[in-house]
Amino acid sequence: MKIVVLVKPVPDTFGDRVLSLETGLADRAASETVLDEITERALETVIRHAEASGDVEVVAMTMAPAESQSTLRKALAMGAAAAVHIADERLAGADLVRTAQVLAAALRRAGADLVVTGNGSTDGSGGVMPSMLAELLELPAATRLETIEITADAVRGTRETDGGTQAVTAPLPAIVSITERMPDPRFPALKGIMGAKKKPLEVLSLDDLAGELEGIGAPLEETEEPRSIMLAAAQRPPREAGEIITDDGTAAERIAAFLADRRLA
Amino acid sequence: MTQPILTLLLAAPAAEGAEPRLADGAAEVLGAAALVGAPVALVVGPESALPALAETAASLGATEVLTASVDTAQLGAPVADALAAAIAEVAPEAVLMPHSIEGADAAGRVAVRLRAPLSVDAVAVERDEEGVLAKHSVYGGAYDVSSAASAGPLIATLRLGSVDHRAEAVAPAVRALEVASTGRPAAVAESFEPAAQASERPDLRSAKKIVSGGRGLGSKEQFALVEQLADALGAAVGASRAAVDAGYVDQSLQVGQTGTSVAPELYLAVGISGAIQHRAGMQTAKTIIAIDKDANAPIFEIADLGVVGDLFTIVPQLVAALEARKG
Ligand SMILES: Cc1cc2nc3c(=O)[nH]c(=O)nc-3n(C[C@H](O)[C@H](O)[C@H](O)COP(=O)(O)OP(=O)(O)OC[C@H]3O[C@@H](n4cnc5c(N)ncnc54)[C@H](O)[C@@H]3O)c2cc1C
Ligand SMILES: Nc1ncnc2c1ncn2[C@@H]1O[C@H](COP(=O)(O)O)[C@@H](O)[C@H]1O
Repeated sequence: MKIVVLVKPVPDTFGDRVLSLETGLADRAASETVLDEITERALETVIRHAEASGDVEVVAMTMAPAESQSTLRKALAMGAAAAVHIADERLAGADLVRTAQVLAAALRRAGADLVVTGNGSTDGSGGVMPSMLAELLELPAATRLETIEITADAVRGTRETDGGTQAVTAPLPAIVSITERMPDPRFPALKGIMGAKKKPLEVLSLDDLAGELEGIGAPLEETEEPRSIMLAAAQRPPREAGEIITDDGTAAERIAAFLADRRLA
Repeated sequence: MTQPILTLLLAAPAAEGAEPRLADGAAEVLGAAALVGAPVALVVGPESALPALAETAASLGATEVLTASVDTAQLGAPVADALAAAIAEVAPEAVLMPHSIEGADAAGRVAVRLRAPLSVDAVAVERDEEGVLAKHSVYGGAYDVSSAASAGPLIATLRLGSVDHRAEAVAPAVRALEVASTGRPAAVAESFEPAAQASERPDLRSAKKIVSGGRGLGSKEQFALVEQLADALGAAVGASRAAVDAGYVDQSLQVGQTGTSVAPELYLAVGISGAIQHRAGMQTAKTIIAIDKDANAPIFEIADLGVVGDLFTIVPQLVAALEARKG
């Protein structure tokens, strides 16, 4: 079985992330680029499954600028057998629909029994990629799984939805997204880091995907036209610290008075 | 403002035999739609529930209601089929839905199908001379960004709890929508377990006041202190990821980067250090109060009132003081 995990390099949430006020795009030079943690969890989940069941090939795939390649090496060091990096300058600022088309084309090329993604990216968009890919690839999608069980012909799991817990299942091939409830990602061991250097890392340009893009009805030329436009971006003024007091036995009263003053209690 | 704005209102999953209600966010998306045009609703659910759900939609301000009956056990594709049919029928200027699991799934599918511009997790919609635009709060509230469609319709999901405006109730004008199924493969919902007990407390996403607890609470039992303080204030309960990971509360109460983003009048953080990813989900609150024993906790950098001290001493005293003031 071949499982493709979609991993995504994002600005590190531990740093100050900067948005260019001119383009509305991430200023990538301003912060360190790391694999989005949720996609590391997706990879961890799949690697554990591969370790337990054998006979599973784990491929990490991303569409990201060429500079972020080291993050794919990390995916290989964690245990993916191969990596696919779609990098093309024409994709800078690609909107969600174009991103989905390109990833779908690459997934078609790779041919996967199961595609696993995170439930949402920390760099701004919000968990629509899996269903967009499912639509383009004509696959069933089981999104936001908190538990997951992969068998030879199906994937099942549970998710929290409006008012309760839903058990869902899909026959393979399928696409799923997982949430933070999945296990913490491992730190690559030295052996993994050394081994990663020998593993295949394929870099694809849009031209390499021309045939597949045609196949899903989204030809190469479509890259040019953005569908949504950013009108304005403004930075909020940072918040300032207010009054800091140390409890001397009266702090509770102080808080109660503060709340009453502001009509919050 | 007569431009139709289509909203997607879904039946919430229901236990066997129970009548479904409209999923959370229905009133909000209709309220948002009313701000920029004429709110039209597509109500999607099991056949038997549609009349009641359509009536609710009208009571929430939908001037026109289209209904589509779907097998709710089939996830994703059938809702997208209905939404695509409604867009063809209504020719809306924008399409709004809650940023819930099902809302986001439908938005994603329809956006690729129609190659339409997609704005995800918007916190507001507005109209300017050019048309409808979506507003976003990016990088944990550090930036405000607005976006619009270069060629319509704009498809947007709205963050739950972000829109206060409510549309006025109207008399129901309901008709059934003809939907051609694409037969796309769908995942299947096998069963549904309703959450144990819907809490009496306000919903975290839309609450005006929130009391949040972190790892400093030390145990699930002691987390009850946060609940007592929340109840004394009539507030919702929130938590840090560390508190969720430690099992003190359910993940649905997590505030932050990868939890819920909130912007209440009052955010009271108890035993939360204020890691950047936590602040990303709450720093746009109007008033922030923090209680933490570590004077260097980063939460104090953004607190309007910061109290350095032991929460186990302060919180019970605060609950008593609040009760005393109520008289
Ligand atoms: C990609 C990513 C996403 C994340 N998303 C989120 C998110 O959505 N939400 C989130 O919250 N975190 C998130 N985190 C985790 C975040 O980095 C922190 O680990 C987490 O917020 C810490 O929670 P905490 O403040 O409860 O715990 P700690 O940092 O351990 O803080 C506990 C605090 O309690 C105080 N304390 C202890 N005992 C007492 C006492 N008796 N009285 C008073 N104070 C006391 C301590 O001084 C300390 O400041 C994310 C991390 C990553 C990498
Ligand atoms: N450019 C990308 N490259 C690889 N995977 C992606 C990309 N964008 C989104 N994804 C995947 O889709 C998930 C949801 O992303 P999003 O819809 O952007 O919030 C992420 O957790 C990733 O697994």
